[in-house]
Amino acid sequence: MCGIVGLFAKTKEFEKELGKYFSGMLNEMTDRGPDSSGCAIYHNVTKANILKIVAMSETPLSENKLLDTIRQSYPAASVQELESLHFLITLEGESKEAILELNQCFPNLKILSSGSSIEIYKAEGLPKNVLEKFSISSMTGSHALGHTRMATESAITTAHSHPFSTGDDLCLVHNGSLSNHNRLRAKLQKEGIYFSSDNDSEVAAGYLAWRIKQGKTIEEALNHALEDLDGFYTFAIGTKDGFAVLRDPIACKPAVISETDHWVAMASEYRAIALLPGAHSAPAWEPAPGKIYSWSH
Amino acid sequence: MSLEYDLASGSTRELNKKLHALGIANKTDKICVTNPNGAHALAVGLTRPLKVNIKGHVGYYCAGMNQIAEVNIDGNAGPAVAENMMSGYVTVTGNVSHYAGATSHGGTLLVCGDASSRCGISLKGADIIIKGNVGHMSAFMAQTGRMVICGDAGETLGDSIYETKLYVRGSIASLGTDCVQKSMTEKHKNELETLLISAGITGADAAEFNRFGSARKLYNFKVDNADAY
Repeated sequence: MCGIVGLFAKTKEFEKELGKYFSGMLNEMTDRGPDSSGCAIYHNVTKANILKIVAMSETPLSENKLLDTIRQSYPAASVQELESLHFLITLEGESKEAILELNQCFPNLKILSSGSSIEIYKAEGLPKNVLEKFSISSMTGSHALGHTRMATESAITTAHSHPFSTGDDLCLVHNGSLSNHNRLRAKLQKEGIYFSSDNDSEVAAGYLAWRIKQGKTIEEALNHALEDLDGFYTFAIGTKDGFAVLRDPIACKPAVISETDHWVAMASEYRAIALLPGAHSAPAWEPAPGKIYSWSH
Repeated sequence: MSLEYDLASGSTRELNKKLHALGIANKTDKICVTNPNGAHALAVGLTRPLKVNIKGHVGYYCAGMNQIAEVNIDGNAGPAVAENMMSGYVTVTGNVSHYAGATSHGGTLLVCGDASSRCGISLKGADIIIKGNVGHMSAFMAQTGRMVICGDAGETLGDSIYETKLYVRGSIASLGTDCVQKSMTEKHKNELETLLISAGITGADAAEFNRFGSARKLYNFKVDNADAY
């Protein structure tokens, strides 16, 4: 099953309360998937050339050790230890080199997100778990995506949890299953796309990252995805400036979108949207099969 | 008796329990349900002459297995509204999601907005009237009953259809396997007019509709084989 939510602030006032409303939405979808949960928050945009990385260590690792190692290559870097061996790293440099170096120095450190705005937090268990651990409800932000997982295609670990990010400021949450992910993963790996798990949804994220690397816009990348991805899906895709929604042409996975002057929201079910301010008088509709919907700042 | 039930402070289970206890001895009770907020399985399995008015959007399976009762949803409905209805009347003032009226045996489902995909899938005798459009795979394997679509129909309408009658006013993206256009005789126009009038639809003339049904090539019952069953 799985539950997905997306919330996009249209006003500065709403950005202040984004975390609060987003947390409520994701919590409401809890019974669509109890296995793991995660969220991608776009906020605190860094200055030019400053990269923000969220990483999670699968083995004990101290903040100081991580910082000392990173500072050998990036003297101005900073590291903040968050809950559950999650680290927020900022450094001046390119993500490709930085991620490569982190992977070499710390093989058990999984990179969850990189970019100038995105921060991904995920963990096993219910949404409540990840929302409380990382104090998501007190966060401000321009937009956020969330997922609660009922695992079908691969193991239940943090690495197999959504959102998946395989490119700077790009992430994807997925309700459904893909059937051609193995062949597509092999093809994308040859093209230089890195995967951290054998999860089918991560392949969709990698596919979009590959298309964007080719110079395509997110809309163009999604149009190609309609041709190349075989399976069932409702996707919500986050970019630095906004988010997009796409359902496969068979459209058996649910989705509802609603919009006011203050926000745009999408969710697997309307009840996640119902708790937003002004939802009762806002139009609510199902995105049409195979049609790309997108919003950006 | 006229009651109000607020789901903001009550539960779905308590509401349904209350509804099942109402309408005894053929006395029509009215109940207004507020703050549904997309909740699932509201007003399911009703078997008595109730009038239920739900003010707001509902989630999955609303008014499923309905018998006799009248359920009005003043908003949108999630997947499988009025699924397996036996009799009664279910109205949705907004749009409905997938599988609306699926497998329904009797009664009427009236949708004032659009229906999503698979509307009336495996229909078994109910009337489904859609003022707007329907999505793809609607009336798939529909066996009997009638579907009136005042707007357009999506791809593969009536795929593998048995004996359900389909009346469509707008365009059809494509017909499914074994679904064909049939002649619109006076008998059919009269039948459709009766359906439109009963649903209070005045803006659509029966003459503007086309009729579709089974070519009967996919399921092959031959009377010569009757002894075999």
